[in-house]
Amino acid sequence: MAKKRIVTATINGREEEFLCQPRQTLLEVLRNTLNLTGAKEGCSNGNCGACSVLINGRAVNSCMVLAVEEEGADIETIEGLAPGNGLDPLQEAFLENAALQCGICTPGYIMAAKAFLDENPNPTEKEIRFSLAGNLCRCTGYDKIVRAIQQAAKQRAEQSASCEKETV
Amino acid sequence: MPRLFIPPLLRPNCEGKEEVVVEGATVLEAVQSLDQQYSGVMDHLCPEGKLRAGMSVTVDQNVTPRGLAQKVAPESEIHFLPAIGGG
Amino acid sequence: MATIDETKAVEGSGDTPPKYKVIGTRPIRHDGADKVTGRALYGADIKVKGMIYGAVLRSPHAHANIISIDTSKAEALPGVRAVATSADLPEPGDKIAELGEGSVVLNHLSSNNLARTKVLYKGHAVAAVAADNLHLAQEAANLIEVKYEVLPPVMDVLKAMEDSAPVLNPDVRTEEASTGEKGDKPTNIAKHIVFEKGDLEKGFAEAEHIVEREFRTSTVHQGYIEPHVATALWNNDGQITIWTPTQGTFSVRQQVAELLFVPLARVKVVPAEIGGGFGGKISVYLAPAAAVLSRKSGAPVQIVMDRTDVLQATGPTPGSAIKIKMGVDAEGRITAAEAWMAYEAGGYPGSPIGAGAMCVFSCYDIPNGRVEGYDVCVNKPRTNAYRAPGATNAAFATETVVDELCEKLGMAPVDFRLLNASKEGTRRIDGVTYPRVGLIETLEAIKASDHFKTPLTGKNQGRGIGSGFWFNAGLKSAVTATVNTDGSVSLLEGSTDIGGSRTAIAMQFAETLGLAAEDIKPYVVDTDSVGYTDVTGGSRVTYATGWAAYEAAKDLQRQVVARAAELWDVDPALVSYEDGHVVGPDKSVCFKEIAMELSTTGEPLVGSGVSNHNEPGGAFGTHLIDVDVDPDTGKVDILRYTAAQDCGTAIHPAYVEGQIQGGAVQGIGWGLNEEYWYDEEGSMRNANFLDYRIPTCYDLPMIDAIIVEVPNPGHPYGVRGVGEVPIVPPPAALEAAIYDAVGVRMYELPMSPPRVLHELLKKES
Repeated sequence: MAKKRIVTATINGREEEFLCQPRQTLLEVLRNTLNLTGAKEGCSNGNCGACSVLINGRAVNSCMVLAVEEEGADIETIEGLAPGNGLDPLQEAFLENAALQCGICTPGYIMAAKAFLDENPNPTEKEIRFSLAGNLCRCTGYDKIVRAIQQAAKQRAEQSASCEKETV
Repeated sequence: MPRLFIPPLLRPNCEGKEEVVVEGATVLEAVQSLDQQYSGVMDHLCPEGKLRAGMSVTVDQNVTPRGLAQKVAPESEIHFLPAIGGG
Repeated sequence: MATIDETKAVEGSGDTPPKYKVIGTRPIRHDGADKVTGRALYGADIKVKGMIYGAVLRSPHAHANIISIDTSKAEALPGVRAVATSADLPEPGDKIAELGEGSVVLNHLSSNNLARTKVLYKGHAVAAVAADNLHLAQEAANLIEVKYEVLPPVMDVLKAMEDSAPVLNPDVRTEEASTGEKGDKPTNIAKHIVFEKGDLEKGFAEAEHIVEREFRTSTVHQGYIEPHVATALWNNDGQITIWTPTQGTFSVRQQVAELLFVPLARVKVVPAEIGGGFGGKISVYLAPAAAVLSRKSGAPVQIVMDRTDVLQATGPTPGSAIKIKMGVDAEGRITAAEAWMAYEAGGYPGSPIGAGAMCVFSCYDIPNGRVEGYDVCVNKPRTNAYRAPGATNAAFATETVVDELCEKLGMAPVDFRLLNASKEGTRRIDGVTYPRVGLIETLEAIKASDHFKTPLTGKNQGRGIGSGFWFNAGLKSAVTATVNTDGSVSLLEGSTDIGGSRTAIAMQFAETLGLAAEDIKPYVVDTDSVGYTDVTGGSRVTYATGWAAYEAAKDLQRQVVARAAELWDVDPALVSYEDGHVVGPDKSVCFKEIAMELSTTGEPLVGSGVSNHNEPGGAFGTHLIDVDVDPDTGKVDILRYTAAQDCGTAIHPAYVEGQIQGGAVQGIGWGLNEEYWYDEEGSMRNANFLDYRIPTCYDLPMIDAIIVEVPNPGHPYGVRGVGEVPIVPPPAALEAAIYDAVGVRMYELPMSPPRVLHELLKKES
């Protein structure tokens, strides 16, 4: 059995140092070593998106990445999304639109949606559906999830517009 | 008087009837009344006076959790059907 | 977007449906913050101090005798703490356990958890190992040596019914459902069911048009995103605690107690949040083995399935072979209908053939009919409930025949359905009559919809309609309500929340007491903390646990009234509870205020309520679908989808819409793409989410849910279960739409691109 390696990465804005075996996925380390259980294991081979986290700003299936590969990476998980004790617009939108039933896909969906909106702040419905096709949901039929993302896009645009106003 | 609906495969034992008028204040009594009219039917429907596993009793329109102990009214319909499980 | 269509209520009564303060609103769900921040603890998130990890060894063969199991090498591996096989589970003999929503042969359940003498499907669990970490446990499992005598598998339901078919279970005899008579030889046909009404021959003789067709449907899985997991601790005092995501904590408790031969009182089941169930998380797969491993190792043991295990080894819903024959007169009235249905039970008996046989013609008033059904064992995983179990297969078959008859008649499908629709008093083929139900209202809602009125514009586009029914269930629930000193209420209930139900329960409670939904704190608690509650399934939670909450609120009303009378020193007969207030001869105090007062003057206020009501009413849905079929690939795209469903009273409309949309999309997957693909050795070749492809958001448009409210007279708030029926119509409606688009009839599910293309090419040549 290979010896554990020390890996240093930024997780939700904080520098974390952890031990892991080379064969452990990032998902496994997040959940079992770092106790960040928001990312879920749904399929073990990158097909459901329940394990979605952001690595250097990109949505990634953390079950498909080895933890040792993430030396020096900037990782964002659901646990780091909410500002203080409030909620991010995506989180609020999911709740207001009833875009979750069992909620197991929700952390992955929100993180994937965040990465998507960071890159495409004003998407069409089709663009939302295309880009998030890698996140499976079995409960909702996706209707309310798409609406939630549309609402969050609008709210984020309004927030950043008002931020811009302030700085000008 | 309550009517007991006869499962198709037992109708030959009941002169081919789809339903039989019976007497009784509970489902069990109704079955016993049926058995008095058509001897041996109770043995099939509820052997030893017990509801068979996988069977349920519907009185009027609803499955009853009380099985054979369910009280019945004079206008009641009694049905023996497979127990349904939801998902 | 959804619309609510408030129908005229009870015919002739002139009443309008009552308006509510809380019911019908859309509060944020109480567990919302936890769910969107990743704080909510699902099954695999649970960590118990000292926990070790389990792995399961599964059969590589679809059908084999187990000759021997040698666990010595596994036990010798450093880090391995315990190994378990069926030898560690007591033999249940002939015992049948009643699990509330049906019964189970314990021997079969036990063998399904750890195979005793035979393996009956690829993936059948044979042994389990617990070790210090999961990787070690998996390595150890692979060191267990099992000698098999491989037998020929039988993978097709019709082949399994032949006399020459290999028999899976030597103890199974064909049981006649209504008489209990058993056949005398071992067989794969476990059950035979017959329903008859009227005179079938006469009925067909009266028919002007008759259509007779044969159908096949494939095995499909519930597809919940969260795999099964169970964590068990067999404590030093013999108390067993199971943490698990489940649709039925009390059911798990009973199953574990029965399978391990321990008293019920020694088992406690703690519900984790659950990542989807749809009927598939009621039977236990891991808890008994985990408990045994815990006993042997002295540590808590967690066993998690991976996706391949879930697909290969947990109960999917049956594939089936169905024949339908239906006759109509010149005006379009059905004169006779006949069905022959064979459902795959998987390795052990127990498919929902009973429900299928009762649902197959449930949407129609059939004067003369006959249904014959068979429960058949095949070398596939033991089937389990999947949302309206048995109904979807049947509806696909019947609705397709109906669509063909409509074509012969030159009659609009929606009008055919309106003419023949089941309504209050209609007698089903199984003999039971319907109470007040809303099929006609859903058909009218579809007819009045914008979708229906908008014509299709493109070539290869088509429109189809389908209807479906599900019984819904009542069963037992219990709720405890403790009033806090500030007048808020903590509500304890035992219905695990798979779709937002804890809020719907809290809303009914709040409505009854005149509080706001936000004043209530609902919790789903373990089996020692609340009274017996049947499974979260059968579309029963909002109905039954909601009723228990209503009773708990009524109980608190009575207590508060009695104590207020005492406090005010007035005759209790002069005090009442109205509209959220305790009203006396000269005072009216709202609940919160009186609760605060009472908390300083006397005992704590605790209310309880139970429900065992069984008038769930039944639910009907009608779906309208527009499709575009690509003639070069056979791919079916959904352009527009409208689903109308009778929901009784929609407690929280957003979550009711969610059930309609979610069920519809599962039905779309069932209709267009999902199937278990087996090779000749009985190995599932698509046991992952890439190749067992459930719908993604890119495959779908918005799903318009029309909530039709025909209040259920059998519930204080008119609630009807809504969760299951939406999965029933979609494959049927899709078939009709495909025919309308490109003129080919599909008699097999799924109607995947290769199959549609095959029919198109056949048609061309």
